[in-house]
Amino acid sequence: MPNHKVTEVVLLACGSFNPITNMHLRMFELARDHLHDTGQYNVVKGIISPVGDAYKKKGLIEASHRLEMARLATANSDWITVDDWESLQPEWLETAKVVRDASMRIILRAPGIKREKVTSVRVKSKMINGPQLMLLCGADVLESFAVPNLWKQEDIAEIVGFYGLVCITRSGSDPYKFIQQSDDLWTHHKNIHVVHEWITNEISATHVRRALRRGHSVRYLVPENVIDYIREQRLYSAESERKNSDIVLAPLQRYTRASSSS
Amino acid sequence: MMVTRRVPLVLLACGSFNPITNQHMRLFELARDHLHGTGQYQVVGGIVSPVSDSYGKQGLALAKHRIAMAKLALQTSSWVTVDEWESQQPDWTETVETMRYHSGRILKELGRKLGTHRDPDGNTPPLSSVSPQLKLLCGADFLNSFKVPGLWLDEHVEEVVGRFGLVCVSRGNLQPERAVHESDLLHRHRHNIFLVKEWVRNETSATEVRRALRRGLSVKYLVPDSVIDYIHQHNLYTEDSERRNEGTLLRPLIKQAQPPGKSLDD
Repeated sequence: MPNHKVTEVVLLACGSFNPITNMHLRMFELARDHLHDTGQYNVVKGIISPVGDAYKKKGLIEASHRLEMARLATANSDWITVDDWESLQPEWLETAKVVRDASMRIILRAPGIKREKVTSVRVKSKMINGPQLMLLCGADVLESFAVPNLWKQEDIAEIVGFYGLVCITRSGSDPYKFIQQSDDLWTHHKNIHVVHEWITNEISATHVRRALRRGHSVRYLVPENVIDYIREQRLYSAESERKNSDIVLAPLQRYTRASSSS
Repeated sequence: MMVTRRVPLVLLACGSFNPITNQHMRLFELARDHLHGTGQYQVVGGIVSPVSDSYGKQGLALAKHRIAMAKLALQTSSWVTVDEWESQQPDWTETVETMRYHSGRILKELGRKLGTHRDPDGNTPPLSSVSPQLKLLCGADFLNSFKVPGLWLDEHVEEVVGRFGLVCVSRGNLQPERAVHESDLLHRHRHNIFLVKEWVRNETSATEVRRALRRGLSVKYLVPDSVIDYIHQHNLYTEDSERRNEGTLLRPLIKQAQPPGKSLDD
């Protein structure tokens, strides 16, 4: 009888988490169930990596608050944690860099690894018997691959080809079709795990911020301790939503500059 | 400038709550925000009233469990409580009966609070002006249930919608405006039907939650942790439990059915 090797997986979710919501947390649960169900994977850890303030997204409040809310939200989870490395970087970092760094740190912690022996940045975890890092995201992130100047093609290829993507569907998007229509994505389609969310749950952080601005309840959309924190710290007002409104998103700034100077 | 006093309201939600989910509790929050937003109402209380076991719906867990789970879920709520009266009645209770019961109870409680204030003629002053109004809180699918043959008596719908009033939260693709439009009865009482639009599409249904549980999938963040723990402790919601009452007619359909051959001459 063939002995299936079960690959250990760590799920990494990058994003604004502005604020974290029950939907973000659901994504981890859905992804874990899906991967376990294939019989090929064992999800051992989940990591939430909030983006740095240098991302300059409209309405993005300070990383320190977003980190604390994510920590509160995952306090009672036994497998999902928060990582502050990305948010501490002075400049905005491409997702591929975050994935690479997270993967490296996971490998370095794996038993039997000698730090000095890890010379190459691109270390295939399978060779070292460490957990495989996969990027966890919504279907909207997958589709953002097509937005001009938002992603570098080689970064997409690395994330999808080398690491893997776990993509949670959302109503109004068809990830299968999107993958099928892209030669680059199609090449690595076996590394893209599409998870169908049957219980439509579109609690977007945008909606939560809007409700908060209007004094409406966000109870049961966001963990209670996060709601308490938002209230105590008086986060999310009309003023906070105007932050960065006249600034261009960091990746667009970077890549537009690069393409126009060539 | 005349300052209009807000009318105090209590929202009553009847249903299986099999199990209670975050979405059920969201209904209360959404309804309250909406009603406060009109400037005319002050929501002073919310009641979750789980149906009794004699309802006969397929997959219905025992009332004692459904009540326990609802209590756990609402432990931290400052204004919504669970009421066991309906679940304790020997037979299935019409929604209008439950509403009459709670309406009467609210009035009595208010009477107790106000004590014995009598006017010079020895009469107690009318309380209706300060007594909270009771309204039925429901989802848009509930409006469509009025159309199901034998499920509701017309005079009951008249009383629920006309005398009390509905607060109906829409979800998904259901269009409650259409249901109101297509029913003469509902249309007549349209001013007593508050339609609350839920902009966040959230289709967490108890049916889906039970399905996920049967398949060993996670329902974390859809249902409070305390309820999940309770479900696992008592091993509720399995393939077997979903077959309970299979093939049985819903109790309202039996209780409210017209016996054949009945005429006014009998």
